[in-house]
Amino acid sequence: MSKSQKSETREPLIHLSKRSSISAGKAWAIRIIAVILGLLVCGIAAFLLIEKLQQKPERIGEFYQTFIRGSFSTSRKIWKYLKYTSILLCVSLALTVAFRMRFWNIGGEGQTLVSVLGAIAVDFYLGGKIPEWILLILMFFAALTSGIVWATIPALFRAKWGTNETLFTLMMNYVATFLVSYFLVIWVPSGSSSLGKLKNGKLPIIYNEQTVIILVALLLAIGLYIYLNYTKHGYEINVVGESVRTAQYVGINEKKVIIRTMILSGALCGLSGYLIAAGSDQTVTTNSVGGQGFTGILVAWLGKFNPLAMILTAGLIQMLNQGASQISQDFGVDNSLPNVIVGIVLFFIIASEFFINYEIHFRGRHGRAEAGKGAVK
Amino acid sequence: MNIWLNFLIDSLAFGATFIYGSTGEILTEKAGHLNLGIPGIMCMGAAGGCLMLNTIGASNLPPVPVVLLGIIGAFVFAVLSGMIYSFLTITLRANQNVTGLTLTTFGVGLSKVIFSKLDPVLYLANTRDYFHWPFTAEKNSLQLLGVLFFLAIIVALVSSWVLFRTRVGLQLRAVGENPGTADAVGINVTRYKYLATCIGSGIAGLGGFYYIIDYMVSQEAYLSVEALGWLSIALVIFALWRPHMTIIGSTVFGVLFSLGGFITNVSWIKVTMATTPLLKMLPYVVTILVLIISSIRNKRENQPPASLGLSYFREER
Repeated sequence: MSKSQKSETREPLIHLSKRSSISAGKAWAIRIIAVILGLLVCGIAAFLLIEKLQQKPERIGEFYQTFIRGSFSTSRKIWKYLKYTSILLCVSLALTVAFRMRFWNIGGEGQTLVSVLGAIAVDFYLGGKIPEWILLILMFFAALTSGIVWATIPALFRAKWGTNETLFTLMMNYVATFLVSYFLVIWVPSGSSSLGKLKNGKLPIIYNEQTVIILVALLLAIGLYIYLNYTKHGYEINVVGESVRTAQYVGINEKKVIIRTMILSGALCGLSGYLIAAGSDQTVTTNSVGGQGFTGILVAWLGKFNPLAMILTAGLIQMLNQGASQISQDFGVDNSLPNVIVGIVLFFIIASEFFINYEIHFRGRHGRAEAGKGAVK
Repeated sequence: MNIWLNFLIDSLAFGATFIYGSTGEILTEKAGHLNLGIPGIMCMGAAGGCLMLNTIGASNLPPVPVVLLGIIGAFVFAVLSGMIYSFLTITLRANQNVTGLTLTTFGVGLSKVIFSKLDPVLYLANTRDYFHWPFTAEKNSLQLLGVLFFLAIIVALVSSWVLFRTRVGLQLRAVGENPGTADAVGINVTRYKYLATCIGSGIAGLGGFYYIIDYMVSQEAYLSVEALGWLSIALVIFALWRPHMTIIGSTVFGVLFSLGGFITNVSWIKVTMATTPLLKMLPYVVTILVLIISSIRNKRENQPPASLGLSYFREER
């Protein structure tokens, strides 16, 4: 330390510069290291929080095994895992479209919830009175319309007056929640506010009831990959995201792109809501979406807004979630443990992005040699 | 006491939760950071304070140290959570929305795990009278106005004074509006961002602690802190980024929020069960309206800080 203080030029200890490029392999290596470090810290946190682990530290191996067992130990768990991963993937794909144009739509939760509500409303009023296939189609359009309305309101104001979309869409989530509890009070006069599973409005079973959801999610991922990367619309979204001024200069009507893209985003949230309503739950509660609208934001961001990469990130997050809930069951901890575990791993992944985007130069021999070169010039 | 007055005082006391949360968020946003981790931070503050009270609960300390230690516990836990956010977004320049949401997931989860291990007798029952000073003896809603309520008012007023009447506040606002320019005139951008975010988090954390210890005095109260955190972020918009305005705004929010439960007790107002959710929706709808109106009027002093949500990297100019 004293030596460096004596040096005449006071160079900072750490110097940062933005990387111009990084190989995909190196980037993924950094991310994998981050996940491993995160899981190690989870182990430390587990020691602090789980009493059964404090008494028997040798169970730590079991702790890590449970991450895998929670999702893959039985075929029922695997199907459950695939189903929830698919729904999560759908929601995050819906949000990605907006994120690509730097429109921070954090209202996925509300947009999806309103779509579930829309579909279930049709089911509630018309279920059993009309043929099942017409009912399913009507539910589909109800879900899509609700999602679109919920997403387009903030988009219109953003396009016309520049209203902050992050805060607007955030508020719309809560309006949606209370709208659901309003309808539950009306539909369930007994006051229990729990609708129960409806008899009608269930998607046809192909292989088992999860298959439809999984297929839709995969097709959606591939479709969006093509839409965003190989079509004119996708190109316009990217330009608006990079710079609104550039978009205006090259003659892209950025207001039109914002509204059109948010209609798509809302429609896809509607599709996710439809999958929840008709594909899985046949009912609506204020917790129907269960925070996936928020988790979806993280999934999209982790996948660098690339629909195909998001299949992996959705799988990772869902595995952590399901594994950690298994842990909280097996070790007798509060069922909020998954949030802690997912949070810790995500912190590490978020931090790892820094090492992918920036290069760090330490003061030292290498730095001094470069400084010398500068002086010669 | 008149039931209307009772209701008003109750709303005022309830609103103090938002005063803390929003004042903390305003300080952070004025430094250019949209901290969506506030709900998590408020939960962590609550957990920290209650953990402290739980630890010292059996030791028969006199009231003043108990209250102070509780406040310190809440503040420290909240600042530590805020440090995670600050380190990731300021030093590592991570995306603020993603980091904030992760912090909320993490903080809410961790606080629930901590609360599941605490003993409500130790942290609630033994200490409730200390926090209700100076109205401990009152039997009506006046007793809700305890130490932490008055602290909330003071914190909001002092924050406004610092932000709008001192040099430090001017420099902080400069950082939030345009960090590049602030850096050029020799303001230490990183230090301001860190201080504002961490102090803001600490203040917000007190909100969660207040809600459990002073307002609700209930062992289930920790489950609803998260929702109040989101409402606090909404209130920032409602208060147009002015801490002293949160005092008025939080009372309005408090009235709207508890109106549903209240008017069912008033005989001459006929309400159905279905009205309650609609009334609870009102604070959010009003916030959206304020957001829309302020963006349409486009007055410069009512706008969010110009560089809100953007990371600052000196060499990227």
